[in-house]
Amino acid sequence: MSSERRIRVVVAKPGLDSHDRGAKIVARAFRDAGMEVIYTGLRQTPEQIVETALQEDVDVIALSILSGAHLALFPRIMELLKKRGLDDVLVFAGGIIPKEDIPHLKKIGLAEVFGPGTPTDILVKFVRENVHKRK
Amino acid sequence: MSESRYYSIREAEKVFDKQSLSEVAKEREKWEKTTVPSWIRRNPEKKNAFKTTSGITIKRLYTPEGIKNLDYLRDLGFPGQFPFTRGLHATMYRGRLWTMRQFSGFATAEETNRRFKYLLKEGETGLSVAFDYPTIMGRDSDDPVSRGEVGMCGVAVSSLKDMEILFDGIPLDKVTTSMTINGPAAILLAMYIAIGDKQGVPREKLGGTTQNDMLKEFYAQKLCIFPPKPSVKLVIDIIEYCAKHLPMWNPVSISGYHIREAGSNAVQELAFTLADGITYVESTLERGLKVDDFAPRLSFFFAAHNNFFEEIAKFRAARRLWAKIMKDRFKAKDPRSLWMRMHVQTSGCTLTAHQPVNNLVRVAFQSLAAVLGGTQSLHTNSFDEALALPSEEAVTAALRTQQIIAHESGVVDTVDALAGSYCVEALTNEMEEKAMEYINKIDDMGGVIPAIENGFLQKEIADSAYKYQQEIDNKERILVGVNDYTVEEDWVPLKLLRITPDVEAEQLAKLLKMKRERNNAKVKETLDKLHDAADRDENLMPPIIEAVKAYATLGEITNVLRSAFGEYKELIVI
Repeated sequence: MSSERRIRVVVAKPGLDSHDRGAKIVARAFRDAGMEVIYTGLRQTPEQIVETALQEDVDVIALSILSGAHLALFPRIMELLKKRGLDDVLVFAGGIIPKEDIPHLKKIGLAEVFGPGTPTDILVKFVRENVHKRK
Repeated sequence: MSESRYYSIREAEKVFDKQSLSEVAKEREKWEKTTVPSWIRRNPEKKNAFKTTSGITIKRLYTPEGIKNLDYLRDLGFPGQFPFTRGLHATMYRGRLWTMRQFSGFATAEETNRRFKYLLKEGETGLSVAFDYPTIMGRDSDDPVSRGEVGMCGVAVSSLKDMEILFDGIPLDKVTTSMTINGPAAILLAMYIAIGDKQGVPREKLGGTTQNDMLKEFYAQKLCIFPPKPSVKLVIDIIEYCAKHLPMWNPVSISGYHIREAGSNAVQELAFTLADGITYVESTLERGLKVDDFAPRLSFFFAAHNNFFEEIAKFRAARRLWAKIMKDRFKAKDPRSLWMRMHVQTSGCTLTAHQPVNNLVRVAFQSLAAVLGGTQSLHTNSFDEALALPSEEAVTAALRTQQIIAHESGVVDTVDALAGSYCVEALTNEMEEKAMEYINKIDDMGGVIPAIENGFLQKEIADSAYKYQQEIDNKERILVGVNDYTVEEDWVPLKLLRITPDVEAEQLAKLLKMKRERNNAKVKETLDKLHDAADRDENLMPPIIEAVKAYATLGEITNVLRSAFGEYKELIVI
C-alpha cells in the first residue's frame, strides 16, 4: 500500500438502536482529519458491515453501538472479517459498553473500546498510530 | 419582522415609560464608562463573548432597555390566560404539583411491572413505559434481528400477553400511563385499550399518552418503520380515534426531546417541535376534524439541558408561541386548544460517564429549570444512565430530586417566579423570535416533510452536534469531569443494572407458548381484516384492536402494515 493513500474508514452502526449522534460526529472528525469516510447508516447487520468494508476496501472499521447488543453482534462481525480475509483491518468500537465486557472484546480482535466523553482528537490519533501496524 | 405573522393585534402598553427608560440608558452608559472598566482592568472577563448553546449572546447585564417593548398584558398576561407565558393554570403548583413520571422499562414484563409498583410506592404519580428496540421497531422477540436486543434497553412486548403482565395489579382508572412508542403506537395503544376493557375501565376514563410523533423520528430519533406519508396517516388515525373514543388520552406527544438529544440547540428544538405540531394540526384538519375537537389533547415533550436561563426561557416561549399559532393561524376557539401541556425530561446527553455522581447535580439544576419553566410532568434522569439503564438506587435518587424541589425548595409556592426578570424576559423574547424565523423557513420549504426529504432538518442537527463537540474538544465549553477537573479512576457508588442473556431465552419461551395456545384461525382472520382496511385507507385503530385481542403479535401486525405501506429507507445525512 502506498503511503500516499488516504486512510479509508467505515463508520458503522450495528444493532437496532438509533443513537447516531456520536457516529456522525466521529465520521466528520475523521473526514476533517483528511480520511476517506464511509458512514453506513443505522441498523446494519454484521453481514452488511463486512460487505461494505470489503467493497470499499477500508483500512479501519469504527463500530458505534449503544443498545447493549455488542456481545451478540461483535463476535459475528469479527468472525465474518476473518472469513473474508479482512483480518488486517483495524476494528475499534465506541458507545455504551460496560467495562467488564472490554477484555472479551479485545480477545476477539477489537483493538480498542472507547467510552462516552472521548475527545475526537484521541480517536484520530489512535487510528493514525494503529492503522498500518497490523500489516 | 417574522413575528408579525402571529402577533395578535393590540396597541402596545409598555411596562416602562419613555422617561425612565432614557434615564436608565443614560446611567447605564455612565456605568459602562466608569465602574465597568475600572473593575475589568483588575478582573478581566473570562471570555470575549458568553454564548448559550443556541449561539445567543448573553449580555453582561440586562436592564429594562432589553425589554423596552414588553407589554405586560399582551406578552405575559396571567397564568391560565392567553398567551400562557406565566403558566397554563391559574395557581400552578400551589394547587397541583407536576406529574412525577419516571421513564422505565427493562428486561421482561414481570421485572418492569415490579419496577412500576416500586416507583408508585415511592411516590411517583404517573407511569412511563420504555420499550426495547425490537418492540419499538415492530419486531417480535423471536425475530432474527432481535437477537441480543431483547429487554436490553426497555421492556419486551410482543403481544397482549406481555402487556397483561406489564400492567398486572395496576388499575388503569387510577394511574395515567405514557408510552414512548411511535411506529407501532397504534398497536401498543390497542393493547392498553384491551387491558382497560379486561379491567372493566370505560374507555372514556383511560388516561395517558402515546408519543406517536413520527415526524421527529425521520430526522432526530430515527426509529422509522414506514415511509413518511403512511407514518403520518397512522398518527392521524390515532388522533382521530382518540378524539372520538378516548377523550382523556393524549394521542400524540410532540417531541423536541429527541431533536435536542440528537444534537440540536435549544432554538432548533423549540422551532422544529412546533413545526411538527403545525404539520399534525394541518393533517388532522385535512382528515375533516375541527380544530377544537382534537387540539386540546395535543401534548408536548421537551428536554431540560444545562443552560439554566435559556431552558426556562425556552419553556415560556414555547407556551406563548403555541398559543399564538393555535389562535391566529388555526383560529382555535376553545381555550384548551391554546394550551401547550408539556412533559419535560432532563437531558440524557448531558450526563457523563466520568464521575457519574456529578450527574445528580446536573439533573437537579435541569429539573429546577423545568419546574421554573412551568412543566406539567417531569422525568428526572438517574445518575448512572451514561453507563447503564437505571438501577433501583439511582432511580430513587432521581425521584427524590423532584420531591425535594416540590417540598423543600419553596419554588412551587408562587407562580412563574422569574417573570419580569430583565434577563429571562429578554431571553424568552429572543427564543420566540429565533424559533419563528426557523418556522417561517420551514413553511417556505413547504413544511416539515419536504424539510426532511431535502435533508435540511438532519443537516441542521448534525451541524449543531458537531459544533457542540468541537467546543468541548477545544475546551471552549467545560464539562466538569470530562475535559477539566478529571480524575484517574471514576467512583461509581452502586452496582450497575445488567440485563443477562437469560431474559431473551425466557421471553422466547413465553412467546412460543402463547403462539401455541392462541386460536391461529382467529389471528389470521383479524390480520386479513386489517390488511383490507389498510387497502381501503380506513382508520386502522378498530381492526388493530381486534387483532391485538386475538393475540396477534406486534410483529405480525406490523408485517401486515409493512406489506400495505412499504418500508422506510434511511436518508443518510452527515
